[in-house]
Amino acid sequence: MASAENPTSAEYIKHHLTNLTYGQHPDGSWGFAHSAEEAAEMGFWTVHVDSMVWSIGLGVIFLALFRRAASRATAGVPAGLQNFVEIIVEFIDDTTESIFHHKNDLIAPLALTIFVWVFLMNLMDLVPVDWVPELAKLFGIHYMKIVPSTDPNITMAMALSVFALILYYSIKCKGVGGFLAELSFHPFPSKLLVPVNFVLEFVTLIAKPLSLGLRLFGNLYAGEMIFVLIALMFSAGIVFAMAGGVFQFVWAAFHLIVITLQAFVFAVLTIVYLAQAHDTDEH
Amino acid sequence: MNIGLTLFAQSLVFLIFVAFCMKYIWPVLKSAMAERQQAIAQGLVAAEEAERKLGEAESGAEEERAKARAEAAQIIEQARQQANQMIEDAKGSARAEGARLLEAAQAEIDQEVNRARESLRRQVAALALTGAERVLEESIDPSRHERMLERLAAEL
Repeated sequence: MASAENPTSAEYIKHHLTNLTYGQHPDGSWGFAHSAEEAAEMGFWTVHVDSMVWSIGLGVIFLALFRRAASRATAGVPAGLQNFVEIIVEFIDDTTESIFHHKNDLIAPLALTIFVWVFLMNLMDLVPVDWVPELAKLFGIHYMKIVPSTDPNITMAMALSVFALILYYSIKCKGVGGFLAELSFHPFPSKLLVPVNFVLEFVTLIAKPLSLGLRLFGNLYAGEMIFVLIALMFSAGIVFAMAGGVFQFVWAAFHLIVITLQAFVFAVLTIVYLAQAHDTDEH
Repeated sequence: MNIGLTLFAQSLVFLIFVAFCMKYIWPVLKSAMAERQQAIAQGLVAAEEAERKLGEAESGAEEERAKARAEAAQIIEQARQQANQMIEDAKGSARAEGARLLEAAQAEIDQEVNRARESLRRQVAALALTGAERVLEESIDPSRHERMLERLAAEL
């Protein structure tokens, strides 16, 4: 990085939006990309190390916390951590029961995992944008995006996993024929309109994972971008810096709602889509 | 922002996390919560039952108390009547005893008076005789004047 010491605004933003990418260089050697362009040249065979480390780390925190509560759970008077965990479990359980009326032991734990994990990943957005990257720089790591849900790889991975479950349960509950029939005879129950129906329904089907993954990515990416822009104000004189401080606070407070809502929306839509996949009766 | 291998790595991680949650977290917490719910429900039922029993016992006790109060009142009333009766009896017997004693005393007095009168009469007769002897300066033969003396004594 030629301008690492004193980057322009564009470089600063670009730096904040680049993942720590590990992959194969065009010359055949494996290693970290040293710029966004280099990362782009690596093509498909790349791993965003920062996204993976942070998301796995947060996921492990979630599982460890809940596993700890579960292993100590008693039918007696709950206290502390168990209360907290049980409130979330009860909340997800109520939500699942109100939407999903079939018998499937996967749905509620799936929704719980999505809700808490996505929330934790989103929560990283509230850490001031420069703290962790600057810390990483001290250790010689030049790129560090700590909000995994601003990486479309992460959000789409979850959305496509949910999509795979939608396809699996659609075929399991309705059979291949039933599933194709649903795609072919909706919304117009006429044999003449099968191609039209199929196109419409196929788009609807594809829209599910896309909307799921891209909604989360879009919201968090935009939120992160605003935080980066506010951070830019800090280096633009005392007046801008103070205004930036106010903006930072207001946006963080607002974002607190956004990240919770996005985690909830992802979980609820997952339940809704899987409920639709289980619905065998014609409406 | 490139789509890459991260997508698949993350999918795998996601599925592992969900599986872990499904196997080791959700059922454990749910069963503990269900168990507690059941315990609380049982506790509430037991409390209701206990309350019902308490109410029953209280009304029973109240009944017992009322019965005891009535019985006590009855006993007191009986005792009062008995006491009155005893006082009346005592009064009657005292009155009778008094009358009897009075009568006996009266009889004794009468007897005493008669006796006194008799002795007085005898003394007066003797005195009269003595007086008469003095007057006549001679002895009076009591056997000759016995009739007269008796008539005199009877006049006294």
